[in-house]
Amino acid sequence: MDRDILLACRDASLGYEHRALLEHLTFTVRAGDYLCVVGENGSGKSTLMKSLLGLISPLAGTIDCPAQRAGAIGYLPQQTSAQRDFPATVNEVVLSGFANKRGLHFFYSAAEKSAALMNMGKLGVLELQNRCYRELSGGQQQRVLLARALCAADRLLILDEPVTGLDPAATQDLYKTLRYLNEKEKMAVIMVTHDMRGALREARTILHIGRDGWFFGTVAEYLASPAGKRFGGAL
Amino acid sequence: MSLLLEMFTYPFILRAFAVGILVSLCAALLGVPLVLKRYSMIGDGLSHVSFGALAVAVACGFAPLAFSVPVVVASAFLLLRIAEHSRIGADAAIAVLSASALAIGIVVTSLTTGMTTDVDSYMFGSILAMSRGDVVLSVTLAAAVLALFILFYHRLFAVTFDESFSRATGVKVGAYNSLLALLTALTVVLGMRMMGAMLISSLVIFPALSAMRIFKSFRAVVVCAGALSVVCFCAGLIASYLLSTPVGASVVLCNLLVFLLCCLAGRR
Repeated sequence: MDRDILLACRDASLGYEHRALLEHLTFTVRAGDYLCVVGENGSGKSTLMKSLLGLISPLAGTIDCPAQRAGAIGYLPQQTSAQRDFPATVNEVVLSGFANKRGLHFFYSAAEKSAALMNMGKLGVLELQNRCYRELSGGQQQRVLLARALCAADRLLILDEPVTGLDPAATQDLYKTLRYLNEKEKMAVIMVTHDMRGALREARTILHIGRDGWFFGTVAEYLASPAGKRFGGAL
Repeated sequence: MSLLLEMFTYPFILRAFAVGILVSLCAALLGVPLVLKRYSMIGDGLSHVSFGALAVAVACGFAPLAFSVPVVVASAFLLLRIAEHSRIGADAAIAVLSASALAIGIVVTSLTTGMTTDVDSYMFGSILAMSRGDVVLSVTLAAAVLALFILFYHRLFAVTFDESFSRATGVKVGAYNSLLALLTALTVVLGMRMMGAMLISSLVIFPALSAMRIFKSFRAVVVCAGALSVVCFCAGLIASYLLSTPVGASVVLCNLLVFLLCCLAGRR
């Protein structure tokens, strides 16, 4: 098997309790890829997300994710309202990316602490490390959570609507950061998004999910497809 | 001062101190994740269930703890399930469950023994309720809660802060939630007879809220909640001895005072 493959979805049917939302889904993500998942609400994007993370298993077919088995997957979930008044320093949040990588120890190792500092540096939140998470702006919070995801992963990032709720400047900022991680750090990115314009500009490949089927291909192929003409053409 | 020294010569007060300090420490530590996860209502629901269970145990002549511990632990898992699948009805369901448990307890009691001082002490607590067995049990419980906090501290933080991220990195979120529910149930059963069913949930909620007003890191909040809770308990117990007021209510008022002070301090 190709060693570059981080995630391979083969003829998978996804859904809950025998009701498939997506059928015969086939696509692969390789090292260094940048994949955006787009589609209408209710078409099964969050089901796909849960399946990719291994939280629900496919009804048929397989999702093989060597990256996940190696613990190299980093996840940026949608923010919850409970986090808005959570008392935690940026440092604590970022370090929690390591929480499941170790046995039962009270202290983080020096290597983990320096890795956390490095990841904060990459995302430009190093000077915020002793600030309280709830006092940061939406864009800063996303960067902190991204730094945490980097602690948990080193090859694949999975992002769930990361720009939703960010102002335009913070959105551009986040895209720039992701481009840097993708190009310079060779981090593969899978991003579920509503921001079609951003997806078409940033991604290398697009997975479009609709109620009546799916499309997977490069951005150029997508724009030439019927689904792409309908959604992307409007821009 | 001599009055104060005198109170430490009574063995039942010493027992109350030992059990109370340990229970309030456990309650405060467990309270931080419970409050942050929006599960405060679970503590309240559990105290009512444990009142019902105790009343039924006394009426039917069962050993109180042996009967109420399994019942309360079972309801803790039930409440957790209700809260996890939080649709619109979650808090309503918890309120219904706790009111029902309370009503069952009161009806069963009035049909059998009648509303005696025993029932009153379950409702509002009694300093005389602590036996030697309770001391042993609370030491064991406190050891379990502290061990949980030290060994699983970072995962507990991760699960409390962000369940979806933790799940994605392979943490068994459900197991941690169940463990929290189990330990909370034990704390409530133990603490209820001294603090009273109506007041025990405040031991879980108040210290966490107070600590969150003044501290900005999770670790500081946990440590501060534990410390505040123990201090408030001791102050409340001493006040109740000096002023001859019920223990539970005195401790709750101490917690309220500290909470208000923390609110003031946090505003600056």
